[in-house]
Amino acid sequence: MLEITNLHVSVDGKEILRGIDLVVQAGEVHAVMGPNGSGKSTLAQVLAGRDSYTVSAGSVRYDGRDLFALSPEERAREGIFLAFQYPVEIPGVANIYLLKAALNAQRQHRGLPELDAVDFLALVRDQLKRVGMDEALLYRPVNQGFSGGEKKRNEILQMAVLQPKLAILDETDSGLDIDALKAVADGIEAMRRPDRAIILVTHYQRLLDYIVPNQVHVLAQGRIARSGGPELARELERRGYAWVEAAAAGTGAAA
Amino acid sequence: MGKPAVRLDELIDQDYRQGFSTMLETDTVPRGLGEDVIRLISAKKNEPEFMLDWRLRAYRHWLTMREPQWSTVRHPPIDYQDISYYSAPKSRGDGPRSLADVDPELLRTYEKLGVPLQERELLAGVAVDAVFDSVSVATTFKDKLAGLGIIFCSFSEAVQEHPELVRQYLGSVVPYSDNYFATLNSAVFSDGSFCYIPPGVRCPMELSTYFRINARNTGQFERTLIIADRGAYVSYLEGCTAPMRDENQLHAAVVELIALDDAQIKYATVQNWYPGDKDGKGGIYNFVTKRGDCRGANSRISWTQVETGSAITWKYPSVILQGDNAVGEFHSVALTNHYQQADTGTKMIHLGRNTKSTIISKGISAGHGHNAYRGLVRVAKSAEGARNYTQCDSLLLGDRCAAHTFPYIEVKNPTARVEHEASTSRIGEDQLFYCQSRGIAAEEAVAMIVNGFCKEVFKELPMEFAVEAQKLLGVSLEGSIA
Repeated sequence: MLEITNLHVSVDGKEILRGIDLVVQAGEVHAVMGPNGSGKSTLAQVLAGRDSYTVSAGSVRYDGRDLFALSPEERAREGIFLAFQYPVEIPGVANIYLLKAALNAQRQHRGLPELDAVDFLALVRDQLKRVGMDEALLYRPVNQGFSGGEKKRNEILQMAVLQPKLAILDETDSGLDIDALKAVADGIEAMRRPDRAIILVTHYQRLLDYIVPNQVHVLAQGRIARSGGPELARELERRGYAWVEAAAAGTGAAA
Repeated sequence: MGKPAVRLDELIDQDYRQGFSTMLETDTVPRGLGEDVIRLISAKKNEPEFMLDWRLRAYRHWLTMREPQWSTVRHPPIDYQDISYYSAPKSRGDGPRSLADVDPELLRTYEKLGVPLQERELLAGVAVDAVFDSVSVATTFKDKLAGLGIIFCSFSEAVQEHPELVRQYLGSVVPYSDNYFATLNSAVFSDGSFCYIPPGVRCPMELSTYFRINARNTGQFERTLIIADRGAYVSYLEGCTAPMRDENQLHAAVVELIALDDAQIKYATVQNWYPGDKDGKGGIYNFVTKRGDCRGANSRISWTQVETGSAITWKYPSVILQGDNAVGEFHSVALTNHYQQADTGTKMIHLGRNTKSTIISKGISAGHGHNAYRGLVRVAKSAEGARNYTQCDSLLLGDRCAAHTFPYIEVKNPTARVEHEASTSRIGEDQLFYCQSRGIAAEEAVAMIVNGFCKEVFKELPMEFAVEAQKLLGVSLEGSIA
């Protein structure tokens, strides 16, 4: 579904990603881990189409197409979803309004009729329960005055309503207490399907206690320094990131 | 349009022929301004002596005045001798004969706004049977209102039918000597709306100039006078909610509102005159004086405006809070795109005790637009316990536009409480990207964010108006995203 080849990305002339190779198949859950500043979030944002990054080399193919030929909204309509690390506040715009506009934009793109208010509300209420979110939050301005946990749940709600093919979750577990973490993890786990791929960007192992990934990748200094199964995440939890970084620095020097 | 249309067409032709001889004459009023022109206008309208006197006093005063220079707006000098001061109704022969003759860009905009086809023809000045429909609709309402004692008619008609009311209230809020443009208007105004709500009557429907505009093209110098007598209530909607093509350059209108004891007037405007093209060529100079007088105790006047059109907007809908416990409100959204300029705001003059005012101003600048909020809150010595709350927010799109805020606060009574809050923000790339990453196109996302920004004002508008205002913002912001 997603094929990243030798991806180099820089911001303001500084290279953040320095040759990423990653293949994600439908039905798989990949965890991308790494220390702060290793380029995890950059990777997530570039895949979603943020234009403040410069792709200097490499390619990304999504469902066989050149991902970089698509605008952010086209990517979303083609089934890519990014759960933001820091969900954005939009004053005066009701949460449910954004959600409905998004869903209908995507449906329209797929040649489906727009949902009317009644059908839409039924769909959202159903998903609200799964995420454990208060219905009142639907009518508040997008993310404004939401607690950290509410913001993250709101991202999961959006994902559940939009039903993407490829979900990228950028540190969705950060800043959550244990109950919220459980709810968010359940929400993600429920999305797991043979025709869907999920990329979990995370700093900590704890989310992976609930969602067991098919593969774990460790990013260090803009490269995937190590890949492995779920056991790699546990090893990181035990030993920290230093040893991977040291190894990455070693290969970096050799290259 | 089927067979009946032909019949209606004939009827219109008849109607038109009746007005023809006088109209033809009015078309011959030459460009330029002088006492002779004013006498001519007054004579054509068959005005009583007091009206002519008033016009002439205004004109003589105007000659001693100079065009104001204090605002932030910039424009080439206006040649007042190059304007024809009597905007006669456009003769049907001059207008486009069908939609096929109308500028396609204009039609595209109407379509986006969802203006019904018949209305589109009306707005574009196409002479069709719908014009006739609209006139009769207006008349129907007028009869219904008359049953309640409400007078709602053109200014000219009011001068003929209710001279005593006109004489009593005309210029009592905006005197003929008020300011350069209001004085010019007082001298030469061609027509406008008049509305009187008798004591204790609550006007059962939103009154709108919509019908009036369709019934008659009143041109560049209009005058509106609304009086809500004791305990009366009226909600008034002004303006065209769709773009109006207009070749006139200067639009200098005057609106006077008078609320007596316990009366309430709500006045909403969605202004979308021709803003000029993308390069700033053409467009209307909208220099308007709007003022309300809360003359009675416990009276209430609220202005709500959505300003998206005009090359230059220069207006400060104000409230004089004379009566004790009077309440004045001003809710404004002003948008400037391309090379548009807006210098707008309000004045709240507190004279009575325990008077209250609220000002919510939302300025949006895109392209090379310049947007200034200018507001005065004055609390006189007599205004014991007066309160004001002002909130001024500016939103910038892109990096070539500008926003300015000029608040003036004068307080002469120590018991007054005056609050002022201001903010300026840029449409966040973060917000835009967030919406896009959910599948929403960039332009739609901008419209959504801007509408969210304006929400506090839109909620003051009657619902149909609010919906159109939202669409209008979307259309006006087109091309503001690189």
